[in-house]
Amino acid sequence: MGIEQPKTLGSGFVVTSLDKLVNWSRACSMWPLTFGLACCAIEMMATGAARFDLDRMGILFRASPRQSDVLIIAGTVTKKMAPVIKVLYEQMPEPKYVIAMGACACSGGIFDTYSVVQGIDEEIPVDVYIPGCPPRPEGLLYGLMKLQEKIRAERNTFGAVIGIGEVVHPA
Amino acid sequence: MSDQAIVEKLKAKFSSAVLDVVEHRGETTVTVEKERIVEVCTFMRDDCGYNFLCDLCGVDYLGKLTPRFMVVYNLYNITTKQRIRIKVPVAEENANVDTVSTVWGTANWHERECWDLMGISFNGHPDLRRILMPADWEGHPLRKDYPLQGPDREPYQGRLS
Amino acid sequence: MAFNTETMVINMGPQHPSTHGVLQLILELDGEIVQKATPHIGFLHRGTEKLSEYRTYHQVIPLTDRLDYLAPMSNNLGYVLAVEKLLGITDKIPERAKVIRVLMNELTRLKSHLVWMACHALDIGAMTVFLYCFREREDITDIYEKVSGARMTSNYFRVGGLSADLPDGLEQDIRAFAESMPGHIETYEGLLTGNRIWQKRTIGVGHISAEAAIDIGITGPSLRASGVDWDLRRDNPYSGYEDYDFEVPVFEEGDTFARYKARLDEMRQASLIILQALDKLKPGPILADCPKVVLPPKQDVVESIEGLIHHFKIVTEGFSPEPGEVYQGVEAPKGELGFYLVSDGSPKPLRMKVRPPSFVNLQGLPQMVEGKFLADVVAVIGTLDIVLGEIDR
Repeated sequence: MGIEQPKTLGSGFVVTSLDKLVNWSRACSMWPLTFGLACCAIEMMATGAARFDLDRMGILFRASPRQSDVLIIAGTVTKKMAPVIKVLYEQMPEPKYVIAMGACACSGGIFDTYSVVQGIDEEIPVDVYIPGCPPRPEGLLYGLMKLQEKIRAERNTFGAVIGIGEVVHPA
Repeated sequence: MSDQAIVEKLKAKFSSAVLDVVEHRGETTVTVEKERIVEVCTFMRDDCGYNFLCDLCGVDYLGKLTPRFMVVYNLYNITTKQRIRIKVPVAEENANVDTVSTVWGTANWHERECWDLMGISFNGHPDLRRILMPADWEGHPLRKDYPLQGPDREPYQGRLS
Repeated sequence: MAFNTETMVINMGPQHPSTHGVLQLILELDGEIVQKATPHIGFLHRGTEKLSEYRTYHQVIPLTDRLDYLAPMSNNLGYVLAVEKLLGITDKIPERAKVIRVLMNELTRLKSHLVWMACHALDIGAMTVFLYCFREREDITDIYEKVSGARMTSNYFRVGGLSADLPDGLEQDIRAFAESMPGHIETYEGLLTGNRIWQKRTIGVGHISAEAAIDIGITGPSLRASGVDWDLRRDNPYSGYEDYDFEVPVFEEGDTFARYKARLDEMRQASLIILQALDKLKPGPILADCPKVVLPPKQDVVESIEGLIHHFKIVTEGFSPEPGEVYQGVEAPKGELGFYLVSDGSPKPLRMKVRPPSFVNLQGLPQMVEGKFLADVVAVIGTLDIVLGEIDR
């Protein structure tokens, strides 16, 4: 029997300040995967382009899942595509977040058919759902800001980085 | 050459194979026997100038027609800008047609799609695999007896569909 | 000592930044040279054709938006023209509706070509063009939003006309945009046409001859860049295209650069057609007067009992075209978009087959890349201008 590992680093002033630092850096450098499935991907590209300009929020698209933090499921997920998305999700390093963009990714949308997965949450966990068909770029920006809020509220992130305990997500 | 003249020419050449000629909304549809489809298509391409196959698809007339399927060829003549449609009836128990991918290369993927979604196979096709559905998929979704939501899911009862 | 070289198989996609969606390519390489390319599609197969057999004719219009999502109004137009042909009311469409359809269709062509150019240039390494093209595309999405309420999935056309008239003051906006467009195209050309990298990456790349293109069934700008002078807007005119004065750009080279030039010229022509359509725009009804099949104008629905009954019947039951079948092809930005509709006399189509231009054009890809460099694959995918939404349906 060794020394019992503490569950978290606690909530002292220094620890919470370090948590804040980690959360701040994560929330302000969310790198999504360049991964478009369908119509929503075009709105995602429009969000990244000149008028809406995701770069000002520190959001840069990365072409490899190994380098990205956020998986934006932009479009209809079919039964043929779902295994590929699972692989991509598993290739992403922790911490990783998933945004279901658009009605199809949230619930299957209007495509209630034999080949469509009725919502990506049947396959992988989702952090933020954005409704719309397709959502406006403002909708995607709002969803990303909601995800930032979620990241900022996480506790013991510094502890998890140095190997003590797990990240605590407030309910 | 008008559609009428093309049909006459086709009838003169394949008198017994032409089963039916219908004109609807200014479009001519010729139904021919499925055994002669490659000959008919080659004739249409070489002697009537229909050098472009726009589209090829299967239609399922379950409970409305016997034989059950029709394979439809939409042809186009780039020189005279005319369209014509050729159909062949295909029975369910013997659901196969000779491939026309030797006549038009474009038929290759169209026939694969027709096999994938409608379950009509094409004799002599160079690469007859599923194209849209996963390779291990069972059934042919566009058939009328295939449920819209797939066989493994109860249809959602809350709305019309 | 003899050296043996083995071929290597690499996978490209479905997650790849330059496959324009969820296309998968299995490439067999000998060093840098592509020996064999096999496209795998179907990762976005949503069952649109099956779904439309369970919807009334009007309810299918929103589904067509999502086929080629870069050019929703072209799909709307192809579908409503096919249904109008099936009903036999093609010659009853009012003039104003026809002109607005042409106007929106050409804006759609610009919108689609702008995304094509943005992505094509981005794939080859020219980042700036992407930002410029999306800037102009935003102007078109604003126009879309004003007429239909949605930026992309417009659902604007109806069987027999349009869902609403143009809002006040929009004509000036469209005119200003169309007049500014040739200048913007000059800007893109300034960034690309004379650029030596661009020329090296496109001239002579992905060549296809006219005979091979016709055999494979390639249509649209890709066919015209191989020297076949064929444009459905001019050759089988629909929606009043015969009244417009425009040129069909044709190039002989059949390579990626020719396709680029053909699409650029098509964008110039599209802005000219928009200006002509604006000149033709006269006040008048926007819906055909066929109360049994065409939705009545909104004013009638709220003011007259007949209008209300017709609206109610069409929306709840739909209409039943007489049994028969039609095929309607339109010149979509990517090529010939065809709708083949079979009616059995019920309010729902027995079969709706879409002839997607990208599906057929993609068949030409193996022929264009085999024996060429791996890097050219990306250029060829870009130049074919594919959209997986309509390839897989």
